[in-house]
Amino acid sequence: MYQTDNLVKDLVEKHGRQRDSLMPILQGIVEKHNYLTDEAMVEVAQELDISAAEVYGTASFYSFLDTEPRGKYVIRVCKTITCAMKGKEEVIEALEDILKIKVGGTTSNGLFTLLETNCMGWCHKAPAMLINDIPYTELTREKIIKIIKDYMHK
Amino acid sequence: METKKISKVDLIFEHIDPREVLTKAYGMTRDEIIDEILESGLKGRGGAGFPTGMKWKLCSEEKEKTKYIICNADEGEPGTFKDREILDRVAYKVYAGMTIAGKAVGAKKGIIYLRGEYKFLLPQLRMQLDGFLKMSNEIGYDFEIDFRLGSGAYICGEESALFESIEGKRGEPRNKPPYPTHSGLFGKPTVVNNVETLVNSVIILKYGSKKYKQMGTMFSTGAKVFSVSGDTPIPGIYELELGMSLLEFVKEFGDGDTKAVQVGGAAGFCVPRKLFASTVIGFEGVPTGGSMKLFNSSRSMYNVLHNYLEFFTEESCGQCTPCRVGCQQLLRGVESVKKRESKSTYLNELVKLADTMKIASKCGLGQSVGNAFKSIVENFREEIIY
Ligand SMILES: Cc1cc2nc3c(=O)[nH]c(=O)nc-3n(C[C@H](O)[C@H](O)[C@H](O)COP(=O)(O)O)c2cc1C
Repeated sequence: MYQTDNLVKDLVEKHGRQRDSLMPILQGIVEKHNYLTDEAMVEVAQELDISAAEVYGTASFYSFLDTEPRGKYVIRVCKTITCAMKGKEEVIEALEDILKIKVGGTTSNGLFTLLETNCMGWCHKAPAMLINDIPYTELTREKIIKIIKDYMHK
Repeated sequence: METKKISKVDLIFEHIDPREVLTKAYGMTRDEIIDEILESGLKGRGGAGFPTGMKWKLCSEEKEKTKYIICNADEGEPGTFKDREILDRVAYKVYAGMTIAGKAVGAKKGIIYLRGEYKFLLPQLRMQLDGFLKMSNEIGYDFEIDFRLGSGAYICGEESALFESIEGKRGEPRNKPPYPTHSGLFGKPTVVNNVETLVNSVIILKYGSKKYKQMGTMFSTGAKVFSVSGDTPIPGIYELELGMSLLEFVKEFGDGDTKAVQVGGAAGFCVPRKLFASTVIGFEGVPTGGSMKLFNSSRSMYNVLHNYLEFFTEESCGQCTPCRVGCQQLLRGVESVKKRESKSTYLNELVKLADTMKIASKCGLGQSVGNAFKSIVENFREEIIY
């Protein structure tokens, strides 16, 4: 659970109150807090003068607009065919070992959430994953350990 | 059918002076620009292959004052990664293409819909855009460009779902007609073009449609950026003339053991080895948005098909029943045949279902699931059953 403080108001100020500001506003909240709380969605609905169901309906359509609690760093491992052929399973295993969570889970310190995603356009450098917005490619177990350690110490 | 040898070209990523092309286009009338694009035979590079000049002409003929140019940078088709490379290396050519399209159809606003997975590119793109807009304003253009981000939904690459997404709604495709050139974003006439299509329009205006047409074949003029992945020693991005045979392609990119190539991504066709020689890559044969995935004999085509069906089941927007339920049933169906819970003849029923989805689905997603399904089931039936 987080407080949106003035975030929603600031985003509304920046993007406007029209319906087509909805995506940039929701994306702005997720950028800061990694997921959308019910409170945040209700606040957005009030600001844009639309029903909360409209906001939730839109948010729940998009896989990157999470409505469940997520860690500070959301890891999305590509599971589409080329990455699947080139070692996606080993990537997941390595991440599960290091983070001690399963796919779908969040570490108890709230730092990492591990998810799978569909093709993210790095097939020529498979296997690949995103951590928040940053892509990591041609992954090996050693590379993954290093990347995660770096994030742990950020 | 006549095929060409492999011929590499370097036009998309070649550095040019955008000021020159923009100035040239500025001096042309709207009709002259459209005629040049029509004459070139350019067809959309996003997958559907609609003639670009015709799209611009239809939109140009609309009487509305407000019109939009949308650059489709959603690039969600499995196996495609060329649009990112284009934006990363020569974004100014994309901006130039949008600006010229704007002039041709009479639009003052352009939007680039960039998939959320490529958000890391945004700071760099915004900076380059600032410089570009200064230049285009100096020449005399009155055309703005803005970015909108996707949030992880393959369907938003479908043009009418893309409009819905920009409008702040669920990315559910609309009924067609009306077509976007008549009623698109916010109900206004809209041209949606793929990133690569827009860059091609710049190439055509720079070199002229005559020269452009010398590349490719009669039905597939020009060159295309291919995203090559899978079992190949040299995965990556290659710009090749259209019209080569798949055999030529496999000789160049295969690992000596290629048993099948998936042309056009999950929504495309799986071509088995015995058909390599007779398959032309282009609009007269098997079209592709650029995705070329090679599979060698170590791969199970059941796993390939299963992966695609999982993809479609997750990415179907769920709005229309043939697609939503069809994807789920195809996936369950092949699983049950594999597990011997259903007879192998059940595959014939599933093929019928795929045919129904093609007719009854509302948009290109459900309509194209059968492409991969049928071509894999028909060519690799034993692998699906045993
Ligand atoms: C499910 C689905 C996904 C699509 N994804 C994309 C995409 O990511 N990029 C794209 O350019 N076109 C995509 N298209 C095609 C667009 O609807 C549209 O035809 C295209 O952007 C038009 O541009 P073009 O004529 O320059 O190819 C998709 C179509 C469907 C049905």
